[in-house]
Amino acid sequence: MPHRSTPRAGRTARALAAAAAVAVAAATAACGSRAGDEATAAESCLDTSGDTVKVGALNSLSGTMAISETTVRDAIYLAVDQINADGGVLDKQIEIVAEDGASEPTVFAEKSEKLIREDCVAAVFGGWTSASRKAMLPVFEDNDSLLYYPVQYEGLEASENIFYSGATTNQQIVPALDYLAEAGVESMYLVGSDYVFPRTANAVINAYAEAHGIEILGEDYVPLGSTEFSTIVQQVDSAGADAVFNTLNGDSNVAFFREYTNVGLTAEDMPVMSVSIAEEEIGGIGIENIEGQLAAWNYYQTIESDTNAAFVEAFKGEYGDDRVTSDPMEASYNSVHLWAATVEKAGSFEVDDVQEAAGGVSFDGPEGTVVIDGDNNHLSKTARIGIIESDGLLHTIWESDGPIEPDPFLEGYDWAADLSVGE
Amino acid sequence: METIVGPLFTGLSTGSILLLAALGLSLTFGQMGVINMAHGEFIMAGTYTAYVTQQIVGDAGVSLLIALPIGFAVGGAMGLVLETLLIRHLYHRPLDTLLATFGVGLILQQVARDVFGAPAVNVTVPEFLRGGVDVLGTTVPKTRLFIMALAVVAVAAVALVLRFTSAGRRIRAVVGNRDLAEASGIASRTVDAGTFFIGSGLAGVAGVALTLIGSTSPTTGQSYLVDAFLVVVAGGLGRIKGAVVAAVALGSLQAVFETYSTASLAKVGVFVVIVVFLQLRPQGLFTLRTRSLA
Repeated sequence: MPHRSTPRAGRTARALAAAAAVAVAAATAACGSRAGDEATAAESCLDTSGDTVKVGALNSLSGTMAISETTVRDAIYLAVDQINADGGVLDKQIEIVAEDGASEPTVFAEKSEKLIREDCVAAVFGGWTSASRKAMLPVFEDNDSLLYYPVQYEGLEASENIFYSGATTNQQIVPALDYLAEAGVESMYLVGSDYVFPRTANAVINAYAEAHGIEILGEDYVPLGSTEFSTIVQQVDSAGADAVFNTLNGDSNVAFFREYTNVGLTAEDMPVMSVSIAEEEIGGIGIENIEGQLAAWNYYQTIESDTNAAFVEAFKGEYGDDRVTSDPMEASYNSVHLWAATVEKAGSFEVDDVQEAAGGVSFDGPEGTVVIDGDNNHLSKTARIGIIESDGLLHTIWESDGPIEPDPFLEGYDWAADLSVGE
Repeated sequence: METIVGPLFTGLSTGSILLLAALGLSLTFGQMGVINMAHGEFIMAGTYTAYVTQQIVGDAGVSLLIALPIGFAVGGAMGLVLETLLIRHLYHRPLDTLLATFGVGLILQQVARDVFGAPAVNVTVPEFLRGGVDVLGTTVPKTRLFIMALAVVAVAAVALVLRFTSAGRRIRAVVGNRDLAEASGIASRTVDAGTFFIGSGLAGVAGVALTLIGSTSPTTGQSYLVDAFLVVVAGGLGRIKGAVVAAVALGSLQAVFETYSTASLAKVGVFVVIVVFLQLRPQGLFTLRTRSLA
């Protein structure tokens, strides 16, 4: 029978075309020019004459990243409440202006612009994905304002206007590789989500592996949010590597570990080292699917110290006993305290004064003492490898000898000589 | 042998997952022509149904079996409400339906986030579905075998209902020629509501089953929505048979491409094949012979 386009089919086709157009428009907007391109650097409109000072909290409260970023928001509020209860910063109470980044890098850029220019905040805390940070970076540089970014990332970046309170590669990925090499791992399989962090991280891992005689048996990427791991897990299984290095993000981890367990792979025969799974994510994956696997971070809820005990107690007291604390939350909590300490040291909220005073400012955080490196605005941090136990928490099984100096461009590592140029 | 069995099984398995997600849509979109962007959220509702049932019942195996019919009821009820309150008033306005249901989907996601929290929750896999079965040297997870079996059962059930029950005959009559069906005394509005109930209910069932392999979070449904539409469009509107063939074909393509390249490239490859295919055959694999003029 010949195909005949009925009016109904025509309408349906038009509607589908419209759906496609919407999708294309959204995609174009996402790669469109950043907010503030035309704007020239403006003087900060920060007003410190009153008895309060405004800061911005910019996290995704909607969209796919809300899963992680709402917890960061909670930690920021906790730190601000504590500082306010202690009398504030330079005798001023901190007032939070909250914005939703909506998991869209362009929205992060727009909202940063709004926080800086309209709300006249002294500093902004937030961001999670590297895409959101890369989108905000020019806004903060053009407006000469301050961003405190709380998540471990792929390194190879340093801006005068961004303070990085999470780990850079030499404080997380490199120690994790050292740990695996020491444990006798001679071959690895790399699995990651397809975006900037896993790709850069795996470039670092490949360089390390080549220099240390570790064989990389496979390197696979799935689209962000993908939940189909049948083929990849089969390939991991038949490759028979000594360990898997996992840079998957978000929901993909749930599907990956379920598939991994279901084909009969265990932490004993092929351990998985993850760099994006913290206490928050373990619950959703299911402890039966991930017990015994490894993770690399700087902070775990189980760290035994009075500072951490107080932090965990304060957090659970504020948000409920069933909540857990994790590395990105701790890093954002630290970042607020570090900003306050820097402002106190500078005796001023002005960006120039804060930048000048930042080097050497320290804070006794839940993970231990962290110190701002004035050269690259990163922190010195202690690296820790954790194992996931049946209580659903990470427990430290190895830690570095004291804090590691940040080295975002891996200049101190011979094997990484070719990496920095590939930014 | 291993190299053949692996991709072959993965293709069938991925296909059955696609089919489960798309089966409900092949009724609501394929048969009724309603572009329901909230279909993914009905799947998500199914995953949370499995979670809540497990919290109440406790035993993972029992709760899975109970959750399947409950998931059907929950998804179906949500579909019925959506049809009655919104979609019914937008028939013959596919663009408005698309935008309105997209909005409903976003609202449902936020509701899930407010009720269950933003982080994913865990639905425990029952003991009897853990681990795998060895098939010619490849380990095949039992959860995937279960989903394949469920997909077969679901398709058979839909096909039987459409073919042999009077309700099914009425649905086919309305799809074939609405005016003539109405003239024959069929209450087409009631049939529409019923069709939408079944289609949405199937999304709920899919959601319950997908907790075995995927995550349970507010955005779970979105990852299946586009693939589900692809299956229905490639299979041909209005044909369950088309959805079955298209799902297995797309699943196998994805598996084969992925074996020889990467998951991201495989996705691109599948899209390219679909675009070329639809250029050559815009009506999809199978066409519905209809005497309807509108």
